[in-house]
Amino acid sequence: MLCDICGKNPATVHLTEIIDDQMNELHLCEECARQKSAQMEQQFGLSDLLAGLAEFEKPATKEKELVTAKCASCGLSYADFKKIGRLGCGECYTTFKKYLGPLLKRIHGSNMHFGKSPLKVAKVLKKKIDLQDLRHNLQKAIEMEEFEEAARIRDQIKELEKKQPQDNNESKERK
Amino acid sequence: MKLDDLLNHTSEWLKGTGPNSDIVISSRIRLARNLDKFAFPHWANKKQAEQALNTIEEAITKVDYLKNTTNFKMVDLDNVDKQFLIERHLMSYEHAQKTNSKAVVIDDEEIISIMLNEEDHIRMQVMQSGFNLFEAWNIINSIDDCLARELTFAFLSDWGYLTACPTNTGTGMRGSVMLHLPALVMTRQINRVLAAIAKLSFTTRGLYGEGTQATGNFFQVSNQVSLGHSEEEIIGNINGLIRQIIEQENQARELMFSRNRAMLEDKIHRSFGILKNAYIISSQETIELLSMVRLGCDLGVVKDIGRRNVNELFIITQPAHLQKRENNKLSTQERDVKRAEIIRSKLKI
Repeated sequence: MLCDICGKNPATVHLTEIIDDQMNELHLCEECARQKSAQMEQQFGLSDLLAGLAEFEKPATKEKELVTAKCASCGLSYADFKKIGRLGCGECYTTFKKYLGPLLKRIHGSNMHFGKSPLKVAKVLKKKIDLQDLRHNLQKAIEMEEFEEAARIRDQIKELEKKQPQDNNESKERK
Repeated sequence: MKLDDLLNHTSEWLKGTGPNSDIVISSRIRLARNLDKFAFPHWANKKQAEQALNTIEEAITKVDYLKNTTNFKMVDLDNVDKQFLIERHLMSYEHAQKTNSKAVVIDDEEIISIMLNEEDHIRMQVMQSGFNLFEAWNIINSIDDCLARELTFAFLSDWGYLTACPTNTGTGMRGSVMLHLPALVMTRQINRVLAAIAKLSFTTRGLYGEGTQATGNFFQVSNQVSLGHSEEEIIGNINGLIRQIIEQENQARELMFSRNRAMLEDKIHRSFGILKNAYIISSQETIELLSMVRLGCDLGVVKDIGRRNVNELFIITQPAHLQKRENNKLSTQERDVKRAEIIRSKLKI
């Protein structure tokens, strides 16, 4: 059997295409099959797959609201997301929260984050800076012989340092 | 650092050292981050994209970890330069397309690379030789901490780091391990292994990432899920899976060596022979033959060339590397001749 496309080489790849309920059998040589599969990949990318998943989550009654909803920050609509498979900005996640929750669950098997957080990084950093400031003030108070003030700062430092190991335990538990 | 300086440098991931480096080529962790209040790169207009780029570039200059880095603007690079960086795994194919407002920041050791305005504002990666994901994580985690002090990232406590594509949301992390599995391929067990990997929600790709075919028995395994588990958990899961694959490959190697030793040695030495004597050779054939020679090094069958030299040959025989070396654009035919010449000279004993 010769290839259906080029008619020159022997057909070694056999493909069944279904387009709108029409079944079509193709017998191709290796070269033409490779070209065909590249075409198919272009036609069906990740964005289609995601859009397909998003479609699946669509509650039928809220269709209108869904199509017209737009992110106030970047102007991306849910229809845009369905088309391109990408969100427009961080704010989109809040705008489309209702629809993205189930979608994230479908993709990841979960919709609850358990990893690191920039907020925690900021918190640890703030504590470090606070401690530095307090130690600096303590030094100053001692130099100025303001011992009551120094004792007060020393207690503050102790208090802050006490919090540190607790935080560590907390983050270990989460791991 | 100039781009051409990299020509005579061995990338960290090609050093052929580190744990299990007979089977594991390299370990890589990638993090995706976006700036709060900025449109994602694909949705941003030119002004917004430039603004995001400048903001991140400024933050990078303030981070101690990133002192010895160079920033390459995509618009300043020609096609060979871009392909050169892709071949060295320092940036993605996607980053080389539509080059406006894009840059890549690379450290002198080629361990760290940060793509700016790729699919997300920041795509940073850390690579290590051998099976070493946790070491890569420690480095990238510190860099991320430092950047978080300078920048406000798009983040929700429920959903973690927010990315352009919801498949990366959460940790924004992808851990990948590059494996060389010739024995599993030769004993026809690889499909069973790949099917098992897919069932466990991990993906396999070829040498050059998304959408590339596995060539020369190289496979890249990475996590698919980025939300719902901590970074350490995800890495732990990948490590567990990789350990099993390593064990299977080792078993297959032992089996072949004990049962079909003559056949195996014949295949390895023939591959070595072709590489040492060919005058025209394609990059595909080179990778396949080098894969056999690498196996020969691992098994002690090939003694006159080290793993690091084989690894280097993989990279310097790639199309853009050949052209950079010659400082000249070469046609496919010219490249095949040049490639054979370089391999012959490197393998001359």
